[in-house]
Amino acid sequence: MSATSTDIFRLLDVEKTYDIGRASASLFGAGKRRKLAALDGVRLTVKPGESLALVGESGSGKTTLLRVLLGLTAPTDGRALFREKEIAELKGDDRDRFARDVALIYQDARGSLNPRMTVLDLVAEPLDHHGLCPRAERRDRVAALLQRVGLPAEMMGRYTSALSGGQVRRVAIARALASNPSVLVADEAVSGLDVSTQAQLLKLLRDLQRDMGVSLVFITHDLGVAAYLCERIAVMYLGRIVETGATREVLTAPAHPYTRALLNASPKFFAPIAEPLPGEIPSPIDLPKGCRFAGRCVEARDDCRLTDPALRADGARAFACLHPLDRPRALG
Amino acid sequence: MADVTLPAAGLRRRPATLAGVWAYARSHVWFLIACAVALAYVLAAAFAPWVAPHAPTDQDMMNFMSPPAWGPHLLGTDSFGQDLLSRTIYGARYALAIGLGAVAIGAFGGLVIGMAAGLSGGAVEWALMRFVDALLALPSLIMAIAFISILGQGVDKVVLAVGVALIGPFSRTVRGDVLQVKAQAFVEAAGLMGVKRLMVVWRHVLPNVIFPLAVQATIRVSYAILVSSGLSFLGIGVTPPTPDWGLMIAEGRSFVSFAPWIAGVPGAALAILLIALSVVGDGVREQFDPKLKKEA
Ligand SMILES: Nc1ncnc2c1ncn2[C@@H]1O[C@H](COP(=O)(O)OP(=O)(O)O)[C@@H](O)[C@H]1O
Ligand code: SF4
Ligand SMILES: [Mg+2]
Repeated sequence: MSATSTDIFRLLDVEKTYDIGRASASLFGAGKRRKLAALDGVRLTVKPGESLALVGESGSGKTTLLRVLLGLTAPTDGRALFREKEIAELKGDDRDRFARDVALIYQDARGSLNPRMTVLDLVAEPLDHHGLCPRAERRDRVAALLQRVGLPAEMMGRYTSALSGGQVRRVAIARALASNPSVLVADEAVSGLDVSTQAQLLKLLRDLQRDMGVSLVFITHDLGVAAYLCERIAVMYLGRIVETGATREVLTAPAHPYTRALLNASPKFFAPIAEPLPGEIPSPIDLPKGCRFAGRCVEARDDCRLTDPALRADGARAFACLHPLDRPRALG
Repeated sequence: MADVTLPAAGLRRRPATLAGVWAYARSHVWFLIACAVALAYVLAAAFAPWVAPHAPTDQDMMNFMSPPAWGPHLLGTDSFGQDLLSRTIYGARYALAIGLGAVAIGAFGGLVIGMAAGLSGGAVEWALMRFVDALLALPSLIMAIAFISILGQGVDKVVLAVGVALIGPFSRTVRGDVLQVKAQAFVEAAGLMGVKRLMVVWRHVLPNVIFPLAVQATIRVSYAILVSSGLSFLGIGVTPPTPDWGLMIAEGRSFVSFAPWIAGVPGAALAILLIALSVVGDGVREQFDPKLKKEA
């Protein structure tokens, strides 16, 4: 662990378990307290200017991971660091810097914007709060931010209830950009919109990320979106990262059978993982011994049910599988 | 009135603007008429000395219980020879002052208690809500009677008694709204931005609670007037010879078979105002806060 690391985020074996009350209480006595492992040993770094996609089926822990990054959920074990400082313990100036440096674009963009504030006040709130802009320049700054996300300045006086879904997301993006953050974090930021609006927003996010050099952590269950937007990908399954690497390489030549199954389930661009993969996801409360994907894995062999594979690195890639798929050696 | 199904999320509704009210009024004739009627009452009350043909307690010794007729007493006189039109106009002052005053007290008390309960949680919330339960245990009229018996009679006492009786229902809805707003993503988003808790309450929670509260207040004005008139009618609210509608109706009750106008005039004045206010209240609610529909 070098103290001079420039990494923005570093997660070291982060675990997050939820106490979920008692097991099916039998008639006689309550069952024992049960724990649900939403995150189970996640190791991850986010470097400046990098774009990272987090993909996986619903319930794989993507949102929990994001909440840990944002300091909204404290890990129950392991360490979550922002610029080498424990996120949960940020105070004073560090905490202010974190609040300015990390911006979240919510899954429910409309719900994340106070319906009783105008677009002007919504976008200016980070500026006002962090004292980033003299009062006289406020409108100009907001106009510039709106223009950056492709909205006309006249929109300033409107309330979000008068805007379309796509426009609301643009406002949310403008607001996220206001404090000039070094990381944008987005949870399913384009889901639930029609395809052309999605495409416009994705292009906007990609341009912003490339032009402004911000890092992007983007949650999606759409591999096409991940491929378009992010250089790196981390595939999650039941609270773990099971494969990570350069998006193009991972998606063209997956090493983990789960990644391949995801690819097979969503062959098309802009086609979120629709059909459930064959086999049943084990409950995160009672995880099987051995590999947690074994019950659904076509490659599974006997040892898979005994040994829990750790994430091991192979060059720039890493995967957690005892019998990785054959990949053509990268040429050049 | 037809029950319109509206989107459930009150929070998502468009914030109130004057242009919005006007657009609504133009497409809802009854709402417009009700507003005009309510406004007429307010003006009559405000300018009572100029509008009323007589002083409310002037006794015309030549005309006891004269029926409504063209002449000096358009709506007739009561058993003391007092002009009913004038008394009814002055009565609007008391009705509106008591209604608005009581609702102001109830809404303010409800805001303080509901916000404190909703924001604190834990033991404080539990204690406050048990207090609110106690306030809600009896109907507002009974509650107001209980307070009057402690405070004594008089206009100011009636305002206070009815106001306190309204704190219960206001507290409960404010607390509900606070809990709902607290769970919204924009509150978390503000916290994430590093906005201090008190500021989050001020900028994000309070405005989203105040607006539904204002809507609820407009609806409860008519209820407060009804309760206060009830108190007067029972002879335990405002004292004679105050030209209070409830009192006037009570006085006229004995003559209802041969001089029905004595109770009928203030009764009609009360009924028309209550109907107008509730149509106004419904309109305001329908437009700005559909979520309140399930309450009341
Ligand atoms: N507050 C919570 N209490 C209990 N369980 C939770 C909570 N939040 C998430 N979980 C569980 O943690 C797992 C991961 O959830 P989540 O991070 O939301 O997944 P994703 O975003 O990938 O769909 C799920 O099984 C979910 O039910
Ligand atoms: S370890 Fe075995 S069961 Fe698990 S993914 Fe690899 S091959 Fe499949
Ligand atoms: Mg999620």
